[in-house]
Amino acid sequence: MPTVVIGSARDIVEHCGVPRFLFSDFPLGNPCGHPWDHAMQAETLRLAAGLLETATAPRTTLRSPFGWKPEDPDWRDRYNRIRPEDRARLLAIGDERRRRRGQAPRT
Amino acid sequence: MDEGAGPPVPYMARTRAYYRALGYDNDYAWALHDDVPFARPGKPLSAMTIGLVVTTGPGDGSHRDAQGRRRVWSGLVDSPPASFDTDLAWDRESTHTEDRESFLPLDALKRLVAEGVIGALAPRFHLVPTEYSQPKTTGRDAPEILKRLWEDEVDAAILTAL
Repeated sequence: MPTVVIGSARDIVEHCGVPRFLFSDFPLGNPCGHPWDHAMQAETLRLAAGLLETATAPRTTLRSPFGWKPEDPDWRDRYNRIRPEDRARLLAIGDERRRRRGQAPRT
Repeated sequence: MDEGAGPPVPYMARTRAYYRALGYDNDYAWALHDDVPFARPGKPLSAMTIGLVVTTGPGDGSHRDAQGRRRVWSGLVDSPPASFDTDLAWDRESTHTEDRESFLPLDALKRLVAEGVIGALAPRFHLVPTEYSQPKTTGRDAPEILKRLWEDEVDAAILTAL
């Protein structure tokens, strides 16, 4: 069956390998367009649907022309960043997760 | 247009670093396919029925089993749930998921149908659970999704990853 993926994690999708991929370079959560921007969402779906017809080989990636909000230029650095002051808190989260799942404690 | 273009976020490297910071020693192994299947459509886009596959389920939790695990679930395009289970890894610091259409584009697809860009939208959309276990996805969930898409007589599918 012909398929096309719309997503924002380009490295993961291209590592996996898919037939067709429309890449929305946005924070994870809104692959189909900015929240409440219904015109952008329709254009995004138009591009994705078009790939069903125009792609000629697997691993076809098309980058959406839309970018994230100009007033938020730092979003790329923000996701899952680990600052020195986060380390103790993150280790505690991991320890709690291992305990909850019955996994061996960290050694 | 994109005024803030930059290199894509290195999600794999960030995820590895995050799990190391949580105290895990083994890196996550993402799915990797040397051979990627490719099917060409047998008819023009304007004549195709399109199915939609998403990673979010209904907010009432009816897509979860007794142990709380997410399962393949199907919703009706004409009466989607009022809220969604978006308990997945997305960027809670930079955005929100309050607009369903930003990850479940039912209205956008209906608009393309009205414009004649695509032929029709299937009556159902489908949830594929995001799983750490690749065998669960490839051996259990993907065949079930494909079966449901065939039942809906779709010609092609659009998958949106939250």
